Amino acid sequence: MSFPWARQYEPKTGLTKFLDEKLPLPRLVYNAVGAGYPVPRNLNYMWNFGVLAGFFLVFQIVTGVVLAMHYAANAEVAFATTEHIMRDINWGWLMRYAHANGASFFFIVVYIHIFRGFFYSSYKAPREMIWLLGVVIFLLMMATAFMGYVLPWGQMSFWGAKVITGLFGAIPLVGEPIQIWLLGGYAPDNAALNRFFSLHFLLPFVIAGVVILHIWALHIPGSSNPTGVEIKQESDTLPFHPYYTAKDGFGLGIALLALFIMVFFLPNALGHADNYIEANPLSTPAQIVPEWYFYPFYAILRAFTMDFILPAKLWGVLAMFSAILMWFFLPWLDRSPVRSGHYRPLFRKFFWFGLIPTMAALFYLGGAPAEEPYVMLSQIFTAYYFLHFLVIIPIVSQIERPEPLPYSITEAVLGSDKKAVLGENAEPAV
Amino acid sequence: MADTAATANSEIPVVPVDDGATDGVRRRDFINIAALSTAGVGGAAVLLPLISQMAPSEDVLAESVTEVDVGDIEPGQAIKAVFRKQPLFVRRLTEAEIAAANGVSADSLRDPATLDERTKEGNHDLLVTMGVCTHLGCVPLGAAEGEVKGEFGGYFCPCHGSHYDTAGRIRKGPAPTNLEVPEYAFTSDTTITVG
Repeated sequence: MSFPWARQYEPKTGLTKFLDEKLPLPRLVYNAVGAGYPVPRNLNYMWNFGVLAGFFLVFQIVTGVVLAMHYAANAEVAFATTEHIMRDINWGWLMRYAHANGASFFFIVVYIHIFRGFFYSSYKAPREMIWLLGVVIFLLMMATAFMGYVLPWGQMSFWGAKVITGLFGAIPLVGEPIQIWLLGGYAPDNAALNRFFSLHFLLPFVIAGVVILHIWALHIPGSSNPTGVEIKQESDTLPFHPYYTAKDGFGLGIALLALFIMVFFLPNALGHADNYIEANPLSTPAQIVPEWYFYPFYAILRAFTMDFILPAKLWGVLAMFSAILMWFFLPWLDRSPVRSGHYRPLFRKFFWFGLIPTMAALFYLGGAPAEEPYVMLSQIFTAYYFLHFLVIIPIVSQIERPEPLPYSITEAVLGSDKKAVLGENAEPAV
Repeated sequence: MADTAATANSEIPVVPVDDGATDGVRRRDFINIAALSTAGVGGAAVLLPLISQMAPSEDVLAESVTEVDVGDIEPGQAIKAVFRKQPLFVRRLTEAEIAAANGVSADSLRDPATLDERTKEGNHDLLVTMGVCTHLGCVPLGAAEGEVKGEFGGYFCPCHGSHYDTAGRIRKGPAPTNLEVPEYAFTSDTTITVG
């Protein structure tokens, strides 16, 4: 961070002085998530979810590495080794349930993190790059989660793999060869299972790399805040440590409580019973659904039922991918100079009464059977989803008259800049 | 005390450290220590499953007891069985081999033990040992017909030249101890259960 009042790291012991000269890792940590990173003093609990997402990435890597010690990516034994983990391995049930529910919680916190970004327009200049990297992370997460769901080699694993790779079959001319190439065969089998396992192990570390870039990009302008007003002075900020380590630590405690209520009492509530039946290429389950965190996009995929110039299948695939890829353009679709939804009356209405109900409906519809009235509802909400980002947001940002902004973060918190005694609140009370 | 003083004379400002009833323990310190201790104990507890998951699993432990039929082994013959995924040697000693084993003073050996101590009462002719050299874990020769039995007529490890006698005791070479006698018991006249 470049704020001139940021605290400077001062190594005190011989060891830290030695390290600071040769490899200033403690300095890096101090400036990244320590007292050397000044953060807006008015962050609310919505700002917990970046740290939580980082935590769950580590959580998934740790539990995943443990599972990989006992799992075998071979179509003959994959299902059996999964049961072996559940029944024979010491604490194997805990590791697997923690990993499966951990994936759900990773998506929960990331969805909240993304929608925090939507409401407070965290994607706007000067934070476009943070946003773009975040969308990349989300895409990588989806790929990783999809391949992870294939590994237990249950019925949902198998048919999920078949359906999702079938999406590529929609591409004109080269689609089918691509699908066969992706699977290494004509249907999911050993070749597909092995490469999915290899990539499922690799991608989290790629995500970790992009997360580092995401945080690096964040530290150039610094964190945004609920007013959307940039930091102007020292009294607008608090050091990350101990103020936000404590606040994030509290949020982490709540998140872990919720996670382990699921792990211990409802471990399969977010999964699907059919995945406890071994993969059978000759029998499709009555209803194939992906994991719940893909529901909105699955609903969009299924909303296209009619050929219009292009085949319906291709429209569905294009729409599903566009639904996320569109987010890359958001910083340039929203031209309003005001960031926070708190000061944008019209934008705020479309957020709470347009986007949020639409997402909730798409979440529901993605898990519903492919029949009426769900198909028609999916079509209506899919239409709104695209309208919201491509039409409503650009128009609103042109015609809206924002409410007056506070002069500074300090004024928003204390009522007046004069009340801010510099340094009074900047020192951690020990 | 502080409260009473404040009520009695409001002109004397009373500035309690916290809320006046702290007994020298500040609320913030208490919360800080309690939170960090909870996180510390929780973090340590997480290590238990993470470490324990690498220990032998239930199916491995289930294979850790092996039954061996020893009824058909003729004197001078040996069989190899598998116990915990490792070779197990079961050998019926001849009179001459028993005499050779008893002919040496146990105290003069590297790892003192008598044949009687290494076999079961009433079946001193049945030598049950692991087929794992105590040096670096190779499988010694001498159990199968025609294999080299070493200078002392028992087992010979070809990896680094350890010689075991007819009681499976180390007599020459780098191995530190005798071939291990696993825990076993006769469950009938002709069957032993190892493990």
